Amino acid sequence: MSRPFRHRHLLGIDALDARDVIQILDAAEAFFEVSRRPVRKVPTLRGKTVINLFYEASTRTRTSFELAGKRLSADVVNISTSASSVTKGETLLDTARTLEAMHPDVVVIRHSASGAPHFVADRLGCSVVNAGDGQHEHPTQALLDAFTIRRRLGTLQNLTVTICGDVAHSRVARSNAALLSLFGCTVRFVAPRTLLPPAASSLGVEVYDRLEPALEGANVVMVLRIQRERLAGALLPSLREYSRTFGIGPRTLAAAPADAIIMHPGPMNRGVEIDPTVADSERSVVLDQVEAGVAVRMAVLYQLAGEAGAAPVRA
Amino acid sequence: MVPELDADAIARCVRRMAASIVEEALAGGADSAADIALVGIRRGGVPVAHMLAEEIASAEGRPIDVGTVDIALYRDDAATAPPDPKIGPSSIPFEVGGRDVVLVDDVLQTGRTVRAAIDCLLDYGRPRRVWLAVLCDRGGRELPIAPDFVGRALEVDPSVRLAVVTDDAGRPIAIAEAPRGGAS
Repeated sequence: MSRPFRHRHLLGIDALDARDVIQILDAAEAFFEVSRRPVRKVPTLRGKTVINLFYEASTRTRTSFELAGKRLSADVVNISTSASSVTKGETLLDTARTLEAMHPDVVVIRHSASGAPHFVADRLGCSVVNAGDGQHEHPTQALLDAFTIRRRLGTLQNLTVTICGDVAHSRVARSNAALLSLFGCTVRFVAPRTLLPPAASSLGVEVYDRLEPALEGANVVMVLRIQRERLAGALLPSLREYSRTFGIGPRTLAAAPADAIIMHPGPMNRGVEIDPTVADSERSVVLDQVEAGVAVRMAVLYQLAGEAGAAPVRA
Repeated sequence: MVPELDADAIARCVRRMAASIVEEALAGGADSAADIALVGIRRGGVPVAHMLAEEIASAEGRPIDVGTVDIALYRDDAATAPPDPKIGPSSIPFEVGGRDVVLVDDVLQTGRTVRAAIDCLLDYGRPRRVWLAVLCDRGGRELPIAPDFVGRALEVDPSVRLAVVTDDAGRPIAIAEAPRGGAS
């Protein structure tokens, strides 16, 4: 049976159960179809306002949220701010109060500080969506990845998903591990030891420091971007060394089943964590992920903005 | 409780409406029944659209295009109603431009659903004509909407709930007054 979406905010996968996730993914199927029509817009959120508040550079996530809001007929405002020159707590509070005065229905926030969306959610009367906070969570990325997996493989249940790359610092890896574990999936993290999280076992994931065994029997191989600043932090000897031992290319991928799909949240470093021939192959679902992103974010905005309209009582 | 429409009556209604749709289309300048496309309004209208399509297809000896629309995203109370937890995809896998498109629903009352369905349909293209076929018109319109093909017109009090009883395939086999407070 169906039930109304029971959350006011989307701050992390950790607050959701399997039914919440399925509800968003099922709704996203309807929105996926909207983006393939001759007229890619529905009137659902006419008169609602969505503010995208991005403290970190992001093109694809911001664009995806912007298109999602616009295809629902919401008014969408983008605010990009550099966090470099501000004292985080105070300025964020001031910003939250300023936004409040604009009467948004949903604020989408990306911030380099873990927990910033929660801080804002506690102080605003509207719904808040976490579009990535520090090394903590990136829930819409995990939802769009799940949507892509379910469309490609027909199920989310009991899969083996290998996440490869800078898992220690990755909110994408964290959110994906939390979501996939709701469906009985085996999640494997694989990286050089310096890039493995210290408390990986508490996330309920298997940890590997060699690629080959981590790829055996995997249904999904999720490749994460290697950030060049990790070199400066001495966590990696060289990109070339990383690419040879942990890069996903035709040679290393031989250890994975032939029908395993390849995912990447983007933007890709071609030739570093992923070989171009793999990125452009039939097995790669990278562009499906981008298309799914708009549909999943439309589903999230629909659930949250609709709810805000239904319950005008402000906390 | 005696149903307003039983399975036999529904079958007769569908046959008669199918014949009228073809007749009207041809009289109105359609080259053939292939110009006709049926679009069921989720969820109750979808099986009725398929029943009509089967009748037309067997009479004309050619398959008829059938699509579905979900009106959740087009509701006129979208700003105040809670989100529909059962929202489903619309699917119109054929060109609607220039066609005679028949929107199909099981029961017509206020006309608000039909208004939303027309808006949804027009986002797929510009049909030559849009018609409305309903198995049962129970009156009580709140918008200037009128059906073109009606299975049975019923005089029932606005407070009465009509239940559409379906078989395992979701096809209507009876339309009856629902007991007060009962599920539809």
